[in-house]
Amino acid sequence: MAMTMHVDIVSAEAEIFSGNAEMVFASGVMGELGIMPRHTPLLTELRPGEVRIRTPEGEELFYYISGGMLEVQPHVVTVLADTALRAKDLDEAAALAAKERAEQDMKNKGSEFEYAKAQVQLAEAMAQLRAIQKLREKSR
Amino acid sequence: MAVGKEIRVKIKSIKNTQKITRAMEMVAASKMRKAQDRMQSARPYATRIRNVIAHLAHAHPEYKHPYMQEQAGKDIGVIVISTDRGLCGGLNSNLFRALVRSMKQWHEEGRKIELCTVGRKAAGFFSRFGGRVIAQASNLGDKPQVTDLIGSVRAMLNAYDEGRVSRVYLAYNEFVNTMTQSPRIEQLLPIVPDSDERLKHHWDYLYEPEAKDVLTHLLTRYVESLVYQGVVDNLACEQAARMVAMKAASDNAGTLIGELQLAYNKARQAAITQEIAEIVGGAAAV
Repeated sequence: MAMTMHVDIVSAEAEIFSGNAEMVFASGVMGELGIMPRHTPLLTELRPGEVRIRTPEGEELFYYISGGMLEVQPHVVTVLADTALRAKDLDEAAALAAKERAEQDMKNKGSEFEYAKAQVQLAEAMAQLRAIQKLREKSR
Repeated sequence: MAVGKEIRVKIKSIKNTQKITRAMEMVAASKMRKAQDRMQSARPYATRIRNVIAHLAHAHPEYKHPYMQEQAGKDIGVIVISTDRGLCGGLNSNLFRALVRSMKQWHEEGRKIELCTVGRKAAGFFSRFGGRVIAQASNLGDKPQVTDLIGSVRAMLNAYDEGRVSRVYLAYNEFVNTMTQSPRIEQLLPIVPDSDERLKHHWDYLYEPEAKDVLTHLLTRYVESLVYQGVVDNLACEQAARMVAMKAASDNAGTLIGELQLAYNKARQAAITQEIAEIVGGAAAV
């Protein structure tokens, strides 16, 4: 029987595949990769594309990923898939949008946090909750 | 018979409220289960990526990434995760209280704090009380996605890259079980590698393209996955807290209705007794 290795494909939101494989094909940023058991440790970025897994039963499984990372250990291959297409300028645009949202919401942007006021208000909220709890216990 | 009309109206209105709270309780219960599933399915990614980072920390790479090293400055960045909606007991208040306590301490040490809020409640809280909010994300809904968080995380990472903050914390509610949610403030950056002795031998990865690029990529994803994990945890907490709060409200409505019903019955009985007494009295007089 041919040697196998353990392969996991996971994204931040879900586990996509977990099982044994004879060989894994993926498209790295430097070119196509074919990984067999006992490969030297490797860490690479993946291009958006398919990841192909050949199982010990000779089946071929295809998964589409929109980029990510590939980690290779002699007997473990892990694909950390991204959930969406990513690019540096896209990320920066998202960061800018998040900043703008913050600015819109904040009339007093950049002002110092008012510790005393916040603590008083929070203490009040907690006192209210405790009072409600006490009332409940009494009514029992 | 016009006895106790006010009481009847009141009972009716409380019953209507009870219907709403009971419905909300059931909705929260079913959403909580889904949120818990989501929490579970987010775990493998975080575990795997943590393994890779543990390998990295022990692999003696020729390049040390700034995300894994103590920085010189003293200012602090905090990513606060809150709920979008209220009616979930003291969940947000508890978190904000824990956070304000830490913030006050940092403030007294002369550290400046930059904030990034997730969820409408945190945005509202900090717009009421001030604070330097550099990024905001809200309305994530019941199915939060990593894409919704990229911007906020990026803004915080940029602040770290530029040296505006030297440490980044994540504040969120951890889901312990349905009855217990505990506010947590965890250090995100610099990454503290777990000391796993098993891995202490000398080897290193082959990096494609460059160690620096690959590591930046990996560590960014790691931070994003931790924040996402915090968001889904917080969501499960929100639903659990809402379920408990709504159950308490339904129970309260039940006891109130019971009391009012008793008062109503007594009033009605008193009216009947009085009427009979009047008739008997009248008959006796004839």
